[in-house]
This record gives sequence, structure tokens and C-alpha cells, in this order.
Amino acid sequence: MSPATKAGAPSAAPPPPTDENVTGIVTDRATESTGESTAENAIVTTGLTKRFRGGQVAVDDLDLVVPRGAVFGFLGPNGSGKTTTIRMLLGLVTPTSGACSVLGEPIPAGISRALPRVGALVEGPAFYPYLTGEANLRRFDAADPRSDPRTVRRRVGEALDRVGLGAAAGKRYRAYSLGMRHRLAIAATLLGPRDLLVLDEPTNGLDPQGTREVRALIKEVAADGTTVFVSSHLLSEVEQMCTHVGVMRTGRLVAQAPITELRAGTAPAIRVETPDAGEAVAVLAGLGLAGAVHADGVATAALGDAAPERICAALVREGVAVRGFAVVRPSLEDVYVRLTGEGFDVES
Amino acid sequence: MATERAGAVPDRGPGRLRAAARLLGAEAALTFRRPRHLAMLGVLAVVPILIGVAVRLVAGDGVTESIVAQVAGNGLVLTFAAFFVMLPLILPLAVSVVAGDAVAGEASQGTLRYLLTAPAGRGRLLALKYANVLLFCLAACTLVAVSALVAGLVLFPSGPVTLLSGTTVPFAEGLLRAGVAVLYASAGMAALGALALLFSTLTENPIGAISATVVLVVVSEVLVAIPQLSALRPFLLTSWWNAFDGVLRAPMDTGRMGTGLLVFAGYIVISGSLAWARFTSRDVTS
Repeated sequence: MSPATKAGAPSAAPPPPTDENVTGIVTDRATESTGESTAENAIVTTGLTKRFRGGQVAVDDLDLVVPRGAVFGFLGPNGSGKTTTIRMLLGLVTPTSGACSVLGEPIPAGISRALPRVGALVEGPAFYPYLTGEANLRRFDAADPRSDPRTVRRRVGEALDRVGLGAAAGKRYRAYSLGMRHRLAIAATLLGPRDLLVLDEPTNGLDPQGTREVRALIKEVAADGTTVFVSSHLLSEVEQMCTHVGVMRTGRLVAQAPITELRAGTAPAIRVETPDAGEAVAVLAGLGLAGAVHADGVATAALGDAAPERICAALVREGVAVRGFAVVRPSLEDVYVRLTGEGFDVES
Repeated sequence: MATERAGAVPDRGPGRLRAAARLLGAEAALTFRRPRHLAMLGVLAVVPILIGVAVRLVAGDGVTESIVAQVAGNGLVLTFAAFFVMLPLILPLAVSVVAGDAVAGEASQGTLRYLLTAPAGRGRLLALKYANVLLFCLAACTLVAVSALVAGLVLFPSGPVTLLSGTTVPFAEGLLRAGVAVLYASAGMAALGALALLFSTLTENPIGAISATVVLVVVSEVLVAIPQLSALRPFLLTSWWNAFDGVLRAPMDTGRMGTGLLVFAGYIVISGSLAWARFTSRDVTS
């Protein structure tokens, strides 16, 4: 019925305010905020664009701002450019134009300084099948020139325990189940103290139990002050843990806002079914309700602070034949679909 | 905040070297523990024994002048005979598999993206991958020599070694010359390894990189064998591999071996530069 109230957790620890650019859900350019405060923002991109050979534009003029301490849900349907963006943030792919910085370091120039403090899961787990889970983590730890070999045993053990793989540490990766492989990939992101986790579809292919565990783990990590940048094509997967949301659609960022503001789009509305829709709109407007419109025998308006029972009484009093009367609360999912789906011209 | 990590290991100086040594160790562990590579090394160790046994079985059927026949007279010669037999194809095959897989194998497996986000550093990773290929070349050639030496000493008499030029040198000097042959053969394989590593950076398919290298070896062996194309020979890698037989002359034929080493160095520098240019700029989308 009311996802907005059911999910109300993320207000717990609001991140430092960087909201000058996100007062509206739709941001066409966030430039005014991107230049100045890289220290306060974990990720900043300006005009980031990737055009692959063959002319296909995967990411188009992206201005992304992820405040430090945020849990940023990076949403969009498959193929909307999320993974390419993440690959550019991690220096795997070179942007065609534009710039990005991670933890205040320009990418790719500052990779060696930024990435040791970043844990990354990109496009699913990838490990050496003939090595054990533990040996795999040691292998990746050895690749980081700044990691301390003296503490590797402890850190690998802790990371494995944290994802519940302690008992399977000595098993070969080949023998791991899909869920275990996924957990191992998450363990790899937790090998050292991190300031930023970049998780690309961390729950992809996991069962509901695994999904819940990953979500709990992300909340736990975020509670330590680590910024989390998590991509997903399912809003429902991330909305419970995110403080901020960015929405991609065909390579463009169509929305970027603290989730509380996105929720503003889920404000309750009045829906009246009536043959006298025109009169109903007049009555609703007369009561001071904003956005009163009608179509196909249905009049709608934002509810605001008005009491629904009064509205209903007023309608009847004015002689409007009320066939149906309802208070509707669009879910966040509805807002998301509206932003990503066809026929809603948010770029205009 | 999770910032206490800063300064765990210094950015430069000995800490940096130690970190590089650690990653090289991890690379080597991966190479030398991988079942496929172990099987290959096993083959490399067995071939000299097979040669020895074959020579032993047919020994006495009329002596020819070939080096393989000389093995019957002195076990140490089996080391050189093994290189003669294995340098044209068997050793290059093993090196191609390891070096061709180095980058493309990681890419196809997806582990490359995690190595780079660790962050291993692109130039650094490539350099250490090549260092690991060098280790493998040295290990493979040493393994062939040791296996041949042991088999030769078990199957045949030992003693002073008669060289190709007819001079006889003491056994100890023969051993020393075998050591030089191992180093020269390793250098030749290292040049091929650089080429294979270049191919490995060009593709995400390790089989592609490996077969490209092997095809190149075979084609250039064929070209070397065609007299009309003798003008090409100085530029072909394969024509310099067997120059290790300079150690079997008295005095040692360092001239031809020196030129061979220069050619190898040229291949390494050119392939290395191209691989570096490619690998440090390419989009990793696997």
C-alpha cells in the first residue's frame, strides 16, 4: 500500500548536504556543484561521455555527484550505461570526453592513490577456478602495491568471515556455488579499510536470502562512514538502503536526488471517478488542491494537507456524482518507471 | 572514517620493490601451480629422457656424426642434444602457452578488471607479467638441461667431452658450457615470450594469442628452411635459437651467439614497447 512509510529507514544518517543541484528531481546539468567540492564528494563527473568504436554512445554527458557518506543507488535499465560509467570511474575504460574524480583524485591520473581506498565489484565475480577462496583473495591483495603483506592473513580471514565464507575458505573456487562466488567477490571489496565501495549489481543472480544479506552488509559498511555506490536495475533492491538515487536512461542521467526528494514524487493524491470530471476539478481547485486535472472521467489532484473526508463531502455538496474516491500513493517504483520508461520526456 | 590505511606501505623506495616482488611471487605461484603448466613442464622433463633411452636402445648401430649419436659416448652431450631437438618447437610451444595466456587469460576470465582495480597499475602489471615469463623461460630451459643431464649420466658413461670442433674439454668445463647454453636458450625463449605477451595484450582470447605465436614460430621455421629466402634469415627469431651450439666449439663461438642475443633484445624491446602502448591505453571491457 504505502512503500514510502514502510521503507522509512534511510533518514537515519543523512549525508553532508550537497543539495544545491538536486532541488529538482530532473537535473540537466549539475555543473554548478561539481567543480568546487571534490573533497566532500566521493565521486564527481563532469560531462563524462563514452562513445565506443562504431559510434555507439554508451554514456552521454554525465554529471554525477556522490556525496561522501552517501549510499548512492545508481539505477537504470540494463544497457543504460551504468556499467560503462562504473568502468570509467575505475579507470578501466577511458572516457571519450569529460572528466571524473574519485575520492578527490582525478581518474585515470590518480588511480594509484584513489583505488587502494576503493573496493569494487564490477559485472559479477571473476576468480581463478583452481585456487581456493582464500588464495584468490590473497592473489588480489598482492596486486595492490599499498596493501600490507604482514596483515594479509588477518584481513583475508576477516573479509571471508564477514560474508560468511569462513568455513569455505579452503575450498577451490571451482566448487563454489553461485551465491558463494558472489560473496567472495564482495569479500574482495572488503580486503582493506575502504572509503568507497563501488558495487555493480551486487545482488544480481542471488536468491532472496542472499539479497537480504548483501543489503544488510551494505548498511553495515555504510554505517562505518564508507560511501557506497551501488548500481541496480531494480529500484526495490536498493531503495531501502539508499540515501541518494541517480537514474540512468539510454546513457543519460535523468534524475539525481536524495531519496527523500524522490519520495516527494510519491506524495499522496486524490483520485475521483465521476461523470462530472470537469466540475470535480473545479471543486478540487476551489479547495486549494494543487495540480487538479481530469481525463477519461477521472479527476486527480495532489492531496497536500487536506483531509480526504472533507474533500469527498465538498464534492457531494457541489453536486458532483462521485462513483469512486481514493487516496493514491504512487510507489517509488512508479516514479522510477516514469523516469526510465518510454513516453515520459524528462530531458525536455 | 576509514583512512588509517594511508601509509601502510610507502609509495616508493624499498616498499615499492617489495610490493613488486610480492606480486611477482603471486604471478609465479599461479604459473607454477597451474595444472596445465605443470603437465607441460612434465613433458619438457620427459622428452630428454626419451631421447636418451632411444639413443641407448639403438646405440652401436653404426656411429654417425650427429650430436645425438655422440650422446652414446658421453652422457653430458645429451643436454645439448635435448636442446637441439626441443628448441625448434617443444620449448617455444610451452613458452607460448604461458606468455600468450598472461594477459588474455586474465581478460577472458574477468580477473584482469579486478587486478587493475586492486590497483595493480597497468605498466607495472605488464612488466611483472613479463618478469614472470622470464622466470618460466629460465625454469623450462633449466628443467630440460637438468633432466637431460641426469638421464645422460644414468644411461651413458661420463667424462671429458668431445666438442663439435673435435677438441676435448674436461667434464667440469662441459657442465659450464651447458650452463651457458641454458642461458642462451632462455634468452631466445624470452624473445618469443615478449612476442607472445604482445599478442596477449591484443586480444581477450588466450587461445588466439597462443596459436598466433605458435603459427608464427612454425611459419618462420619454414621460411628458414627455404634457401631462396636466406635474406630473411637474419631477421627471423627462429634462425638464432640454434646458435647455442657455439658453446660446442673451441674456442666458444661467441660472435654468432652475441648477434643472436642482439636480435633477441631487439624483439624484446619492440614487442615490449608495442605491448606497453597497447595495454596502457586499452579499454578493459571484459
